[in-house]
Amino acid sequence: MTALAPTASQTTPLPPTAQRPAGSRWSWAFLIDIAVFLFVFAAIYGVYAIGRSWLGPVQPQAHISQNPRILPLYALYSLVRIGVAYALSLVFALAYGYLAASSRRAEVIMVPLLDILQSIPVLSFLPGVMLAMVALFPHSQFGLELGSILLIFTGQVWNIAFSFYSSLKTVPRELHEAAVIYRFSRWQRFAELDLPFSTIGLVWNSMMSVAGGWFFLMACEMFVLGSRDFRLPGLGSFLQTAASDGNTYAILWGVAAMVAVIVLMDQLIWRPIIVWADKFKFEQVESAAAAQTTLLNLIGRASFVIRLYRLLLKPVFNWLAVTFAVGARRAAATFSAPKQNRARRWLVYVLAVGVLFGLGVAVFHAVRELSGLHREDYIELLQSAALTFLRVNTALILGALWTVPVGVYIGSNPRFARIAQPLAQIASSIPATALFPIILLFLLRLRGGLEISAMLLMLLGTQWYILFNVIAGAMAIPTDLKEAAYIFHFSSWDRWRHLILPGIFPYLVTGMVTASGGAWNASIVAEYFHFQGRIVSAPGLGSTISSASDSGRFDVLLASTLIMATIVVLINRLLWRRLYRLASTRFKLEA
Amino acid sequence: MSTANTAPAPIIEARKLEKSYPQPDGSRIQVIAATDLAIYPGQIIALLGASGCGKSTLLRMLTGLSPASAGAVYWHGQPVQGESPNVSIVFQSFALFPWLTVLENVEAPLEARGMPPMERHKRALRIIDAVGLDGFESAYPKELSGGMKQRVGVARALVVEPEVLFMDEPFSALDVLTAETLRGELLELWLDRKIPTRAIFIVTHNIEEAVVLADRIIVLGRNPAHIHADFAVSIPHPRDRKGAKFIELVDSIYRVLTRPEHKDDTAPPRTYAPGAMVPPKTIMLPHTRPGGMAGLLEILADQGGRADLHRLADELSLEVDALLPTVDTAVLLGFLRVEEGDAIITPLGQEFAAANIQTRKTIFRKAAIANVPLIRQMEQALKAKSNRTLDEEFFRDLLDEQFSEEESRRQLETAIQWGRYAEIFDYDAETGKLTLTEA
Repeated sequence: MTALAPTASQTTPLPPTAQRPAGSRWSWAFLIDIAVFLFVFAAIYGVYAIGRSWLGPVQPQAHISQNPRILPLYALYSLVRIGVAYALSLVFALAYGYLAASSRRAEVIMVPLLDILQSIPVLSFLPGVMLAMVALFPHSQFGLELGSILLIFTGQVWNIAFSFYSSLKTVPRELHEAAVIYRFSRWQRFAELDLPFSTIGLVWNSMMSVAGGWFFLMACEMFVLGSRDFRLPGLGSFLQTAASDGNTYAILWGVAAMVAVIVLMDQLIWRPIIVWADKFKFEQVESAAAAQTTLLNLIGRASFVIRLYRLLLKPVFNWLAVTFAVGARRAAATFSAPKQNRARRWLVYVLAVGVLFGLGVAVFHAVRELSGLHREDYIELLQSAALTFLRVNTALILGALWTVPVGVYIGSNPRFARIAQPLAQIASSIPATALFPIILLFLLRLRGGLEISAMLLMLLGTQWYILFNVIAGAMAIPTDLKEAAYIFHFSSWDRWRHLILPGIFPYLVTGMVTASGGAWNASIVAEYFHFQGRIVSAPGLGSTISSASDSGRFDVLLASTLIMATIVVLINRLLWRRLYRLASTRFKLEA
Repeated sequence: MSTANTAPAPIIEARKLEKSYPQPDGSRIQVIAATDLAIYPGQIIALLGASGCGKSTLLRMLTGLSPASAGAVYWHGQPVQGESPNVSIVFQSFALFPWLTVLENVEAPLEARGMPPMERHKRALRIIDAVGLDGFESAYPKELSGGMKQRVGVARALVVEPEVLFMDEPFSALDVLTAETLRGELLELWLDRKIPTRAIFIVTHNIEEAVVLADRIIVLGRNPAHIHADFAVSIPHPRDRKGAKFIELVDSIYRVLTRPEHKDDTAPPRTYAPGAMVPPKTIMLPHTRPGGMAGLLEILADQGGRADLHRLADELSLEVDALLPTVDTAVLLGFLRVEEGDAIITPLGQEFAAANIQTRKTIFRKAAIANVPLIRQMEQALKAKSNRTLDEEFFRDLLDEQFSEEESRRQLETAIQWGRYAEIFDYDAETGKLTLTEA
């Protein structure tokens, strides 16, 4: 959706000034060094295991064990997949955002394109990605792995790109001018201005993206494509297989393993990163309270880490800085404007023609594909779109109904917030899809059980965005306004109407936008599920996409994807964007 | 150091430098009229003017940050494209990189020049020492006070040994005492030749600051910006703020700043066909609220109807920037006259100051309709409509013909403020509709 709005946790206070290793703490530093070395050994084994699996002969239908003992290995496989996909996403997103922000002509196309790509569910990319990868590497497991990684990538990359782009567009003018007047090279401008300024947004969006990776992991590790059945060993496929077999014992083990991995990642990776990222907060005054994470302090103290930085990274950065600086000066000295411009313009023309040609071919084929569908097919598609629309919005409303009062309560009781917020954060990091089989176990017995489960899954997957934003909004309501409401004896209805609801409105909108997009995407896993040896599905656009992908009906897949993307983009343009404008004009709290 | 015009060749010279912005309809709005300006070695030049008059734009064109629409900047006689070869800017907002330490911030410009780490480290430490930041090398900007931050800004600017040091309102974000200290330190570096910089060009809206620092003061007039006056300052350092020469110079700059520039302002055309939109003659509304002007008139009435503007600003602890627009408003409405740097209240102004709220509004309404073309036009256009309602866009389009987009937005905002106060029309911010107030 959009770049992550300030959530409550984003107000994490500052770390103290860079912790330098204290001399008296050498024993600590030594222990940390040993731990790091052990970690390196473990990592080497991990690489070996991954390498053996990836470079082995192709096995599209790997046997997915149901033995809990295999879970650590499977967790490693899944982690590596998500990690590699995230690394690719980051690189791609940086390049995409940088290009979109630096060329006005590219911007016109690239930004709306992001909007559309964000609204396409993961599974719609599946046939293209998978068939291409298998065709590229027909004899090695590498192709399959890469396909799965690319699927995860398509679910992670867009919001990071959008976040980076919008950060670049909001670099303060005088900072930009300082970079120009002191003649920063491209590299220096990127490393010392653009990237640091974007870091906080990038970190929060990365967390969201990786959470999305876990959410769709089951769909990305195990899927049917027409007559071909793809299975890759991992946590997602473990859970999916357990669910298909109705193996409750394995389901519980799988969920426990996934939750453990995610909570561990959160504590070991994300929390320290968030605290570290605080140094990039663009503020002139230091906040009062200071947050710390033990791990970050330990890493900062580990002499090994510091030595590594000084020995390896610093020289590289210096070399880059000097090379780019000298290069820029040479370019300036031999600058002959018209010639370079002409060459560049030609390059742009050639590229544009190439892209247009490619687009033309794609549209032609798409139209030919779609022409196979009849009017009745489209009517059916629109009907299922309407059903999913109802489901998505019911889930949203339900989500708002419980999160608004709870969020306001948490946000206006700081003491309670200190306990509730970390708990909510852990709860939110558990992917709803992992819990889905358990939910189905209970609800499928009921009448309309899948209907309820589908909405519940959308709710579970998206309510957190609303909750965290509402908490942040409630915290941001100025104390003097609250006091005024108290002095004038507002009834609680008046308080809600005149103070709380207007106060949290901008935050609520931000949360709802993200939640709405997320719920549409989640429909592909919520409405269609392999469970206890059969397929349970609720009629809707999500299940249409899933079943079309399963059965290899590319025409249906294409049509339903187009419809979903159109609906999501339309809702964004017609509803959310307007509410955003209202939020930023009428409901903006300013002095 | 002061009589420069015959002295050595200029370092930077602007010839017929102009800035204008294109409008959607193809016309252009001029914000800076063709300007000749030269920066000679050995001088501190202050560029003085009210805010929004184009001082900063002129600075940015001289440094090459902002391209000129016409004319050119010459560096030792050679035309410059892009940034000037060796200049630095000290910014109003400091513009430090919050994620870099003091040392890294100061090293950054050297890094950009491809200097090896050891040497840039050494140079940065030397300049950090010179500006009095010793011991703060590893601090991050957010740990520092405003004054310390601007010292980092100065150190970063000086570390590249610029031939000309540009400063864009460098002390206006600081409190009075800190600003005074930093001015003193800057002068010390300059007068004792502790820095190889050959000229300093400082943009400011603070008259006293200009007189304390500069060897030459250029006063910028506005709409479009042009050089209004050029003072040579020959008072020896250290300059005594209470000295006769100092006060005399400050007073004469005040006089220049308050002298009406547009002769045609005083006699606006009187008749308009109802509804016919004649674009207002370029009378810029000063961006003030009626309440502030009422306060000024009350104080003046209290002090016997006449006061020295310089003293008045001092008493109210206001800077010229804050006081002048209010004075302009009162003059425009006929409540005040300015003579020789003194503000004199008119009989109408007396009446206004003595009246109650409702009567004030009536007086203000009459004065605004009589003297402010924009308000008059708005009233007549609204009267001409059968439903007495018009969209603000209508007026903005009209203003866009004369002002930049930003300025026309501010003009309309001010006009709406005044019209609402005078109960000439109502304004609905949500729909952007203006409605004539029924009597």
